[in-house]
Amino acid sequence: MTDARWGGLDPDGLVGLFRRMVEIRLFEDEVMKLFSRNLVRASTHLCQGQEAVSVGACSALREGDTMSCTYRGHGAVLAMGAPLDRAMAEILGKEQGLCGGRGGSMHLTDLSVGALGSFAIVGAHLPFACGTAFASQYLETGSVSACFFGDGTTNIGAFHEALNLASVWKLPVVFICENNLYGEYSPLASTTPVANLTDRAGSYAMPAAQVDGNDVLAVRAATSAACDRARAGEGPTLIEALTYRFMGHSRSDPGAYRPQGELDRWRERDPIPAFERVLAEHDGISIDIIEQARADGAIAVSDALERALGWPEPDPADRFAFAEEVTR
Amino acid sequence: MSETVTYREAVIRALGDELELDPRVVLIGEDVGAAGGVFKATEGLFERFGGSRVRDTPISEQAIVGTVLGAAVSGLRPVGEIMFADFAGVCYDQIANQLAKYRYQCGGQARVPATLRMAGGGSLGFGAQHSQCVENWFLNVPGLKLCVPATPGDVYTLLRAAIRADDPVIVFEHKALYGITGELPNGDSLPIGAAEIVRPGTDVTVVASQLMRHRAAEAAEALVADGISCELIDPRTVAPLDVVTVVESVGRTGRLVCVQEAPPAGSWGQAVISHVAVEAFELLDAPPVMIAADPIPVPYARSLEEATLPGVERIAGAVRAVIAA
Repeated sequence: MTDARWGGLDPDGLVGLFRRMVEIRLFEDEVMKLFSRNLVRASTHLCQGQEAVSVGACSALREGDTMSCTYRGHGAVLAMGAPLDRAMAEILGKEQGLCGGRGGSMHLTDLSVGALGSFAIVGAHLPFACGTAFASQYLETGSVSACFFGDGTTNIGAFHEALNLASVWKLPVVFICENNLYGEYSPLASTTPVANLTDRAGSYAMPAAQVDGNDVLAVRAATSAACDRARAGEGPTLIEALTYRFMGHSRSDPGAYRPQGELDRWRERDPIPAFERVLAEHDGISIDIIEQARADGAIAVSDALERALGWPEPDPADRFAFAEEVTR
Repeated sequence: MSETVTYREAVIRALGDELELDPRVVLIGEDVGAAGGVFKATEGLFERFGGSRVRDTPISEQAIVGTVLGAAVSGLRPVGEIMFADFAGVCYDQIANQLAKYRYQCGGQARVPATLRMAGGGSLGFGAQHSQCVENWFLNVPGLKLCVPATPGDVYTLLRAAIRADDPVIVFEHKALYGITGELPNGDSLPIGAAEIVRPGTDVTVVASQLMRHRAAEAAEALVADGISCELIDPRTVAPLDVVTVVESVGRTGRLVCVQEAPPAGSWGQAVISHVAVEAFELLDAPPVMIAADPIPVPYARSLEEATLPGVERIAGAVRAVIAA
């Protein structure tokens, strides 16, 4: 049964999405615990609650497509297939980290899986995504550039420059706005005059779609349609995925600005149990298979954590690597 | 046999030669295509290479630099034009935080073979927002190479070297120099980071770039009548900064004058003086001297702008004073 309801996926594919979401959730939970043990430096930006956006959108990409995202990017980078242990090691500042400990939590990057970067300046990577898409268009590789960002990004200049350029050059970019209702600590309505962020696309004559960001298959379907347009040379699409972050903006933020009951209401729409309920309706997927995937995901994350904790920090003498010739 | 060209023509030739040699090279910017560039420094390239390789952008400097970065890590060797160098302020994040840091921050997973071109410099009456030499804005940003060519030959070779480099390079062209003529080198690209001894001398080392190099050369010529022999050095790039050539020269002359068109604070001219003071203090027979723009916005009126930017007389006067010291 691989009909449209299931996004063209067979049972293995569907359970794979579920497991990836579970892994991201548990990975983020572990990162939070590492903080309390002072093993992670400075700050981090967790994505619990938003897993369906990353996993749904990245599952619609194919070999050779690329992805760029924000400092709240652990989920997106893992959704592209970056290894759990090396991602965790990067957050821990280890030599075996994805970036050799040079990047950290806000800059997870794994070119080998098409995760071209996590960018920590709001909006900075939207022009970057135009560049990767321009290369695809110029070299005729057929690859699509997926670009994740938050609702707050729609108010910064780079957003507008990038959407305009992508539209006028018909670049193969899929702009995916994760609307989690808060830009840092500020509710969306206090900073943004439009209720639907898809309205922003109108200024750039760009098609836009609003989707339930807690429905992994809905995000996948919207992204697939946008990828099809991009590959057909029809240009970019803006997807607004409505979702919610269960944690605060960063580790110093308990999220006290949220109205009473809001978090509870969104927890009832937690994308992981929601997908579990959907999968339960699939004739080819038993409860046992789902439970096995959950258990396998948990083991994968705890094994990855153990490996990452055991790896060494980079040798201080190596700090000039990747900078030769340009320092003075 | 060498050929005489203008600085502007040298830019066009460098871009054209690299576009010809390497299909991964593309040029993007505001009006670089059909219009041939607002300084006519890309004239004819659109006709030769077509709109997919010489591509006009909206007035969106952030998008230009970000596109250059994204394309550079995706298999191209893009060249982005920022038109007036003052506009680098509009896209400072893209240059300083994104372009310069990408390679290091991702642990060397990718190189960034990107080139930015922008036209700086005063003396033409463009006022405060279109006259600055802005290379010093980037001196404190590790990860960038900064070229400040003063001659047609240097702009040709450095621009080609920039396009071939695997790390980001900014080539600052100088608006007041587009019309000067010089020889087009036959050879290939220069190494980035080598100063040139423009004029050998024995009494004082004068370090000057771009328009100031030409004014310093004029001053040096005038000072011959005073019996003063200037050794004129053009750094040609300010990151990396070839302090070795300067220190060796000071070893011969014992005196140092730096001349730069930008204001003095946090500048390459001060960096040269600092290096010499720290590494070769014993070579100095007199305190080093910095000649720079006055620390005010570049004014519009001719009388004011001419008083603000170092001129031949001011340079000559400073050299006489350092010799007398």
